[in-house]
Amino acid sequence: MKRLATFTVDGRFLGIDVTRVREVLRPQALTRVPLAPPQIAGLVNLRGEIVTALDLRVALGWRQRHPGERPMNVVVTTEHGHVSMLVDAVSDVLEIDEGAFERTPSTLGGSAGDLIRGAYKLDGRLLLELDLDAAIGTTSPFGIDAEVDDR
Amino acid sequence: MEEVKYVPGEMDEIVAEFLVESYESLDRLDRDLLELERDPNARDVLASIFRTMHTIKGTCGFLGFVRLERIAHAAESLLAGLRDGSSSITPQTAGVLLATGDVLRLILRQIEESGTDGEDDHEVLVEQLARLRGEPPGARPAAPPAAEARAAPPHAAVGSRRGATTRSAVVDTTVRVDVSLLDKLMTLVGELVLSRNHLVELSSDRADPSLASATQSVDHITAELQEGVMKTRLQPIRTAWGAFPRVARDLAVALDKRVRIETDGGETELDRSIIEAIKDPLMHIVRNAVDHGIEEPEMRVAAGKHEEGVVLVRAYHEGGQVTIEVADDGAGIDLDAVRAKAVELVSVTPAQATRMSDRELVDLLFLAGFSTADHVTRVSGRGVGMDVVRTNIERIGGSIDVSSRRGHGTTFKIRIPLTLAIIPVLVVASGDERIAIPQANLLELVGVGPGSIEALHEAPVYRLRDRLLPVVSLAQELGLAGGEETSVGRFLVVLHAGERRFGLLVDGLSDPCEIVVEPLGPHLHGLEVFAGATILGNGRVGLILDVVGLADRAGVLDDVHDQPLDIEGRREPPRDTRALLLFADTAGGRMAVPLELIDRLESFPRAAVERSGLDEAVTFGDRILPLVPLRDLLDERRRAPRPAGEDMPADLQVLVHRRGDDLLGLVVGRVIDIVEQPLQLQGASRPGVSGTMFLEGRITEILDLPGLLEMRERRRRLDLSASARAAS
Repeated sequence: MKRLATFTVDGRFLGIDVTRVREVLRPQALTRVPLAPPQIAGLVNLRGEIVTALDLRVALGWRQRHPGERPMNVVVTTEHGHVSMLVDAVSDVLEIDEGAFERTPSTLGGSAGDLIRGAYKLDGRLLLELDLDAAIGTTSPFGIDAEVDDR
Repeated sequence: MEEVKYVPGEMDEIVAEFLVESYESLDRLDRDLLELERDPNARDVLASIFRTMHTIKGTCGFLGFVRLERIAHAAESLLAGLRDGSSSITPQTAGVLLATGDVLRLILRQIEESGTDGEDDHEVLVEQLARLRGEPPGARPAAPPAAEARAAPPHAAVGSRRGATTRSAVVDTTVRVDVSLLDKLMTLVGELVLSRNHLVELSSDRADPSLASATQSVDHITAELQEGVMKTRLQPIRTAWGAFPRVARDLAVALDKRVRIETDGGETELDRSIIEAIKDPLMHIVRNAVDHGIEEPEMRVAAGKHEEGVVLVRAYHEGGQVTIEVADDGAGIDLDAVRAKAVELVSVTPAQATRMSDRELVDLLFLAGFSTADHVTRVSGRGVGMDVVRTNIERIGGSIDVSSRRGHGTTFKIRIPLTLAIIPVLVVASGDERIAIPQANLLELVGVGPGSIEALHEAPVYRLRDRLLPVVSLAQELGLAGGEETSVGRFLVVLHAGERRFGLLVDGLSDPCEIVVEPLGPHLHGLEVFAGATILGNGRVGLILDVVGLADRAGVLDDVHDQPLDIEGRREPPRDTRALLLFADTAGGRMAVPLELIDRLESFPRAAVERSGLDEAVTFGDRILPLVPLRDLLDERRRAPRPAGEDMPADLQVLVHRRGDDLLGLVVGRVIDIVEQPLQLQGASRPGVSGTMFLEGRITEILDLPGLLEMRERRRRLDLSASARAAS
């Protein structure tokens, strides 16, 4: 059995290993970083610690959030410190049977294909497991090694 | 500047450190000796005693305390015998060793008081130590007859004196603290500063006098606490390079060279951990400079230099970072030799090597195993090192660059970020954004009204007193919404990025404040325009501008001066780029002139032009500025004087050229732009033009202003002699 912290992004149901989650925060004041890669939504003051916020909608190549919608923060631990992932809504921690796992469905297009490890077939819906390290950019073409859009 | 041995003040800290450490070691020595006496077979205790004595001997040798060194040396020899098992400890040995410790304390105190280790050679003690080691008495200079009788006195004398003064002043005023505790304190103070900022902001929103006064007092205390805690961690950088003059001297002697080390900015303070981390890399660079950089005296004299080479080590704050430069006035890097070695060592074909840029070649020096030295010297040339140097500097978030000019020397520039630092900043606003600018880069603030920024298309400039200041719009450069280009009541923040100056156009200014610099996360490392982030008084995250990065991004030009060739700087704009002022002549032809030849851009109403004979001029301040239409200068057919107002616009656009005290105003059609481009001229089209080139996609003539003015002079002389002939 595996425990996944789950949340929704653009109508999809996603999960990550719960041990990587440090905390979940209500919408926070974001400081935009000019010239940053598009998936970097800005910087958040996490009780004195400055944390980079990554918009999962942009990272996954899904529809942009409406200006009025304020995202939740899922703060995760990485080898480079904390990163806050912006998601639409946070759900429960689920115990998942690993037998229900399947590789990434080909129906997922764009960046999502690279950032999602696969899906768990739950009753009535799919739970997509996010490849956390790829999503926060330690290995993805969006991330640390990526060229920062210059000018 | 430092001379070899030691200069009071510079070395005082080292000496003080030595004193503190030695007092501690001697206390330990006492304990160890007593324990050894109880258990003569305790080898680890003996080893500890030996180490203690060895360290004292080594350090005082380095510091030049010969008497102290001599005693420590004698004691060390005795201890070596004990350690080897050639003799064993007896109460007598232990007693003399304890007495030695006391004498050493006495001398230490003397050093503390007078800075010297005194006049007394402590002959008796040295003799005793030697005798216990089993050396024949004759091996030492003859001891005074009363030597044996006086065997004990040092001990006794010290004992009584010790009772009087109890403890040394140095030890009384210093406490050793674990660095991790200081780290913790620093973090807490950082948080306190942020909370203070928040409190100040809250209190300013409320008109509550008692809250204001309480806040003010918290503010003051925080500031003092912060300063105090910062100081506990800071050390002047000279502690890292204190030994350089000596090392360089010894090295130079070994190599038959003459080298002088000069230092500047030794008081620049850095966090202790950073100083530790850069000590070895710096030392390596200095050794390299002496070994490879500085030439032999004969070669220097032949090259017209002073036979004594100079290695300048200097440190200064720049753009929220500390920059350390090691510059030598030696031979410079032989790029051809590097190229040849590249073929030999790095599996590069000769053709590839020829194509490699200077930058790429210099980069090879940082490869493991790469050395251009013809022979391996005792000190360097094994190709080990520069790669380690770079790795160590990058490990603490720094960078290292080399610039070199053949025959003139090499400069290593190390930049170390102040990641763990509290710095004063000015917070500026552009639209809704708040951005902090390190005050280290700040020169002045100027309020600018509408129209005072001259919009020359992409290259806006502001006339700051007598100079044209390039203007960079913060909103435009960062792609911020809201900042309107020439709106009313904006501010120009005049900044310097190294040698460059420019004005940053912003919408608003906040009070200066102090902030805690936090590095940006790895996602944002590529952003050269930000040095880090901080938490502002309102609790929001604010970005800290990297002024050098912004200047690079905006393409702010270097002041065109005679600078040593900067290999790093040559990478981006290809080579020898020049700032060119692009304009249209009155007939609409595109022309450009090197910007450094133009002092100012002026605009005069046609009506202001006064005429005297053939000459036209305007009043310019308290001077007369002669005006010359560029067309007239360029046109080979000399024109008859035009009737006033003919094909002249209402306002004259004038480029003011200054030569010495002489001013000349060149009347042109309109100024188009300032561009930075390498000068790649094709054949001259006509006199007064040094050539043509493509600028912004169009053929442009480059004005040969000095040549043109010479032509004008010649013509005027001809005119004068012609009119003289006509008059006769």
